[in-house]
Amino acid sequence: MSAVLTVNAFETFSQLLKARSGLVIGQDKTYLLETRLAAILRREKLPDLNALAERLRRPGADALTRDIVEAMTTNESFFFRDDKPFQHFRAQALPRLIAARGPGVGLRVWSAASSSGQEAYSLAMILTECKAALGTRKVDIVGTDIAREQLTRAKEGLYTQFEVQRGLPVQMLMRYFRKEEANWRIADSLRAMAQFREFNLLGDLRPLGMFDVVFCRNVLIYFDQDTKKRVLEAIAAQMTADGLLYLGGAETVLGITAKFAPVPGERGVYGLASTQRERRPLAVGAA
Amino acid sequence: MARTCLIVDDSRVVRKIARRILETNGFDVAEAPDGQQALESCRASMPDCVLLDWNMPVMDGISFLKHLRAEFGPDNPPVVFCTTENDMSHIEMAITCGAQEYIMKPFDEEILVSKFSQAGLL
Ligand SMILES: C[S@@+](CC[C@H](N)C(=O)[O-])C[C@H]1O[C@@H](n2cnc3c(N)ncnc32)[C@H](O)[C@@H]1O
Repeated sequence: MSAVLTVNAFETFSQLLKARSGLVIGQDKTYLLETRLAAILRREKLPDLNALAERLRRPGADALTRDIVEAMTTNESFFFRDDKPFQHFRAQALPRLIAARGPGVGLRVWSAASSSGQEAYSLAMILTECKAALGTRKVDIVGTDIAREQLTRAKEGLYTQFEVQRGLPVQMLMRYFRKEEANWRIADSLRAMAQFREFNLLGDLRPLGMFDVVFCRNVLIYFDQDTKKRVLEAIAAQMTADGLLYLGGAETVLGITAKFAPVPGERGVYGLASTQRERRPLAVGAA
Repeated sequence: MARTCLIVDDSRVVRKIARRILETNGFDVAEAPDGQQALESCRASMPDCVLLDWNMPVMDGISFLKHLRAEFGPDNPPVVFCTTENDMSHIEMAITCGAQEYIMKPFDEEILVSKFSQAGLL
């Protein structure tokens, strides 16, 4: 069996993960390092995590660092996760955003930690169902993540039988998927609506442009307060005046940043605080 | 009063697993090993919903569903298929014949609960 993780090695991993992805791992979560990095140890033919930490301190460990950061991400996702935010998007956000924009003006929607793509494609399904209301306006869905393997999966849009039964109504399965051997492929029309890009939420978000709707769900929970604040404020800077932010069930802006204000009566839905709305574009997409 | 679910499956093991999950989620459960007995059970006492296997002896799931809808009207009780049949043509036939949801085996509690929610039963 492998040696006990030294304090030094633990510090190497925890500092690296916090700096590169925002992930905070407590001393009590060292088993996560063990389980999630086991494959990298095998590949690198290293005996234990201490040896891996040692390797990271040597020059030329960039690729290895990336792999470790990626291996430590939690990528669980499912279609229409928690349902409520998607219902709000369909019934409240979308009609309001459409009403506030001229006929040809496009919409931009961001799935800010898109993992294997279920969130982005759930939004694509809703947008397809609302085609009549959208008219000719262009809608862009952008999914971003740091995990390259997940981005590849998202682009492929190929899901297991298990994944298409979590949260996805059978009517949606019939309408938007086709069977490919044991798996289910999302329709080309939905794939064409979404683009997936490698992007770190800790980095400069400005190249992504402005968004009318941001789903940033089940990723802030892994960050500490300072990082949450930094990311939330960077997201705020990418939102239109009447844009909406959707957070995960265990996430909030309250006590973290004053740049957002909760939408009354809705859990996990936020608009920009009134102080933030000035000097913001009202809409992003030109016709 | 607890809602009732009739589990129709020729496998005793599947019935037992489904029963445990449904009881945990507040249902009173009845069981039938084939479509014919399920139909008789419905005539005697109509359940609030049905969890339905496809391949069974005596009367299969789709025949049961057709009889049920013909005898008692188009929507009630809601039926959730739960079967190893996992291709689009089976799914489409099930929905066309009046099933509300469709589970492809193998299933677990999460999938069953998710599908019962989709069907408005939870
Ligand atoms: C649990 S998934 C959430 C997926 C989806 N939003 C949902 O709610 O189902 C979290 C995702 O965040 C990604 N992630 C973690 N840190 C990130 C960062 N700093 N920048 C971008 N993505 C990150 C992970 O790779 C992972 O795919």
